[in-house]
Amino acid sequence: MTAKKDKLTIIIAGLVIGVIAAALVYFGNPKNMGFCIACFLRDTSGALGLHKAPPVQYIRPEIIGIVLGSLAMALGKKEFQAKGGSAPMTRFVLAFCAMVGCLMFLGCPFRMILRIAGGDLNAIIGLVGFICGILVGVLFLKKGFTLKRTYKLPTAEGFVLPVMEVGIFALLIAAPAFIMFTEPEVGPGAMHASVWLSLGAGLVVGALAQRTRLCMVGGIRDTVLFKETRLLLGFIAILVAALITNLILGSVTGTPYFVLGFDAQPVAYNDGLWNFLGLFLVGFACCLLGGCPLRQLVLSGEGNTDSAVVVIGLMVGAAFCHNFGLASSGEGPTPYGKIAVILCIIVVAIIGCANTFRKAE
Amino acid sequence: MIDARGLSCPQPVLMVAEALKSGEAEYKVLVDGNTPKENVTRYAESKGYSVACEEKDGEFTLTLSK
Repeated sequence: MTAKKDKLTIIIAGLVIGVIAAALVYFGNPKNMGFCIACFLRDTSGALGLHKAPPVQYIRPEIIGIVLGSLAMALGKKEFQAKGGSAPMTRFVLAFCAMVGCLMFLGCPFRMILRIAGGDLNAIIGLVGFICGILVGVLFLKKGFTLKRTYKLPTAEGFVLPVMEVGIFALLIAAPAFIMFTEPEVGPGAMHASVWLSLGAGLVVGALAQRTRLCMVGGIRDTVLFKETRLLLGFIAILVAALITNLILGSVTGTPYFVLGFDAQPVAYNDGLWNFLGLFLVGFACCLLGGCPLRQLVLSGEGNTDSAVVVIGLMVGAAFCHNFGLASSGEGPTPYGKIAVILCIIVVAIIGCANTFRKAE
Repeated sequence: MIDARGLSCPQPVLMVAEALKSGEAEYKVLVDGNTPKENVTRYAESKGYSVACEEKDGEFTLTLSK
């Protein structure tokens, strides 16, 4: 495949993903949240009872769709390969920290793009933090940071997370009493597109992201490291498509989907410092992890169990954030959340140093 | 021979970038997935190398030559 065709493919995929993401809001998802890997894993954690925050409990089929869409594409292209063993516990901790950052900012890098596409200028400040975090991560990579090699594992191992996702989907459909769903009007957990539409959207996005290796962190990282802009183009295509779709939806429906400004943005607050630091932490941690939360879901669909551990780490991190009052809300960050973000930045820096400046083995 | 098996991106490309500094006419790179294969190929081609690929048991030997 030529470099030009490569770039065209990811641009088209990005455009499709951007339209789908913006359209999901029209079909019921919260504003500027057609997709948010962090929020959706957090909602799923809540529905499974791992935290008890009533506004954010729902099994998000988009997450399930992304993993299974990636799985299907990987199987079809003979790219499914069960592997793992590259510092799983370190990855778990990095993922936990990344989630603390996401829930400080109120969104993963994917939602950051969608927030910008909705006119939320706080997300621009977040983007600056995100880029700074990635730059710090790149410094470590240049100095030799590594979580060491992965190894081949029995094929069944690679299917564990995808099968769990199928199980979680069954719980969504069966809706037994022990699964918790946000009551109508109580919070963003109650706002969602229909189950099958959400699942379908996830499947398409998962398959496209698998094919193109789309990654929000990788786009900026590769541009800095190698002047390789392919992944960044995917990122920009999502932004452009979501922005245009928002403008069209706004003019057709009469409801604003694009509102430029800092104040009163949906599921967001306007404290610049913490929007910056939240995504700084996400950029830093995800750069060391080798990919953004979306990429981790896609890789876990391809049989990468290290990424599956990251997904679990994100879910546990989300549960902690809501159980211990670390997660921000539309009113702003919490005192404990601020402490947690600072501590997590220190933890990620220690992990960076420990895996960069070690004795040769 | 650069053994980048099991390493996640961008490490294989970083290893190749470091190795290319020595300016030899040919390098061999061993990777074990399509993503590092594509990334290393893309990088080497951008540096003016042509890349030949041999696959065996899910592992790829990339020969970079000028």
